[in-house]
Amino acid sequence: MAKIRVVIAKPGLDGHDRGAKVIARALRDAGMEVIYTGLRQTPQQIVTAALQEDADVIGLSILSGAHNHICPEVVRLLTEKGLNDVLVVLGGIIPDVDLPGLAALGIRGVFRPGTPMREIIDFVSANARSRAASV
Amino acid sequence: MTSPTEGPATGKTRWEQDTLNPTLTRAPERGREFTTISGRTIERLYTAEDLAGIDLAREVAAPGEFPYTRGIHSTGYRGKLWTMRQFSGFGTPQETNQRYQHLLAAGGTGLSVAFDLPTLMGRDPDHELSLGEVGKCGVSIASLADMETLFEGISVADITTSMTINSPASMLFAMYLVVAEKQGADWKKISGTIQNDILKEFIAQKEYIYPPRPSMRLITDVFAFCAAEVPKWNTISVSGYHIREAGATALQELAFTLRDGLEYVQYGVDAGLKVDDFVPRISFFFNAHSDFFEEIAKYRAARKIWAHAMKDRFGATDERSWKLRFHTQTAGVSLTAQQPYNNVVRTALQALSAVLGGTQSLHTNSLDEALALPTAEAATLALRTQQVIAHESGVTHIVDPLGGSYFVEKLTADMEQGALAYFDTIDRMGGMVEAIERGYPQREVSESAYRFQQAVERKDKVIVGVNDFVGSDAQSVPTLYIDEAAAARQIEGLRHLRQDRDHARVRRALDDLKRAAQGRDNTMVPLIEATRAYATVGEMCDALRDVWGEYEEVPSI
Repeated sequence: MAKIRVVIAKPGLDGHDRGAKVIARALRDAGMEVIYTGLRQTPQQIVTAALQEDADVIGLSILSGAHNHICPEVVRLLTEKGLNDVLVVLGGIIPDVDLPGLAALGIRGVFRPGTPMREIIDFVSANARSRAASV
Repeated sequence: MTSPTEGPATGKTRWEQDTLNPTLTRAPERGREFTTISGRTIERLYTAEDLAGIDLAREVAAPGEFPYTRGIHSTGYRGKLWTMRQFSGFGTPQETNQRYQHLLAAGGTGLSVAFDLPTLMGRDPDHELSLGEVGKCGVSIASLADMETLFEGISVADITTSMTINSPASMLFAMYLVVAEKQGADWKKISGTIQNDILKEFIAQKEYIYPPRPSMRLITDVFAFCAAEVPKWNTISVSGYHIREAGATALQELAFTLRDGLEYVQYGVDAGLKVDDFVPRISFFFNAHSDFFEEIAKYRAARKIWAHAMKDRFGATDERSWKLRFHTQTAGVSLTAQQPYNNVVRTALQALSAVLGGTQSLHTNSLDEALALPTAEAATLALRTQQVIAHESGVTHIVDPLGGSYFVEKLTADMEQGALAYFDTIDRMGGMVEAIERGYPQREVSESAYRFQQAVERKDKVIVGVNDFVGSDAQSVPTLYIDEAAAARQIEGLRHLRQDRDHARVRRALDDLKRAAQGRDNTMVPLIEATRAYATVGEMCDALRDVWGEYEEVPSI
């Protein structure tokens, strides 16, 4: 079975990359192929990376409160590129009140501080598009 | 085991044989090894034997005396309590000004400004990269006009202000100075702190703009300017806080922070400054994490290391250069979104460790900060936590109450030794700037972050409400919500500002700034003139981007 391919991205101006890097390593150790974009990526850069890397999953790490601007743009660009089946998950400081809006956008997993790595790995494994189906 | 020729066992060995071992046979301990949150192994018991190699009179000494292990004040907190300085800022300058008035009315004794990400990154609110970020995790300050609003009704001569700003520290400091000037306050008398610590940005928080070397130049310009013009200002707050938050161990926080401090002193000396002319205004900023005694030992070791380094390595003769003064903030990274009320307890214990470690000022986090910026109620409770420690616990009656504890003194000595070993490694690389350019401290911190996360996953480290004692007690707390109105107001304000100001004066000032950056003139002088002309943060930072370029990190995991 082909490995799940994950792009971990840090959009926006925020430089707090502890979570992004820890998750990237945990997913890699769990057997996934992980590409970390580095800091301050625009939605355009993130979607381009997902396209080039043939990603099954995009993991966005946002701690600055800019998720309501960044997530819709990432989803819009994915749709534009025909990548609707890419699983988009989000980690960071996300207030309760924003959860329904993010779910409606199609952000299927939102992971806040204190989430066990296991839970994220299991969620990604269960929900990433199957490689066989995508070919 | 003691061999027969050595006679009967004494001390700890005898105790182990006679008392401990029979107990262990009957009732084993909870684990094979006990470690701190940083992974440091802790023995079962510490006794006088552990202090055998330590010259207590010389290395620990008395409070107020070199090397200040027991504190820099002979009266501890009996003379003056620490400054209760709550970091805050959000939305527009008007909104944050109201929060400041509230904090000062509630008994806060200093202000601490949190800026939003566009300000921290030297971008104006209307820049494309600022989209969605304006006023979100701090207050938006685009120009002198915003700074004037931020301090409206607050006399800067009567308070001290700390500003958490790094890459654009000179620009925001220039704005504060011009506000002081307009309020009629004397630059020679005002006091406060700018964080101005770029090295930890490269290591941990990653809010850098320019490459390391020109960034260091901006900092030494502030050292020189303040030594002459603003002598009571703390020109830098060398910060371990963010290094720890990024995942460092207590030892790494201690070692990298103090080594950063040495780097700043070296660059100041290389820029032609006399050690005793600028080192007394260097201050520090540490994290108060959850492992109680390790944190206390960290603060005590920090004072000792700094005192020796300033005296022995740099030949400082003014005792103010030897005394390490520090601010502390409780560990944001320890806060959990689950069962948020537990955060009040975590924060109280962390704050107590900072007090027992002799901090000069303290910020206590609010219970809701794993979810959002704090509400006014949560921020007030955080301040009350400090007031309970200060006025009810009794720990402030005595100077360094843990001094002489076998465990604390041994741990302090061990932390010092560990930090000095890190110094050797970094010195061999050529210094901290060179170590950062090689990615050394960055890698060390990432490794520790990952190791800790694995320990949590294995439940080697328990986090109440997260990986144990999860229960079904879902708690929901009210949170502060920052909408887009702040961004709209800031962008509108900026549009008016750009129409109303003297364009020729702004352009002249920015040209002067570029010339200073290309040459050797102190950049603070043209920055103050640009500020008076209402140049924006983005314009001032762009002028320097034109000269120095921007730094980009190579991503790695």
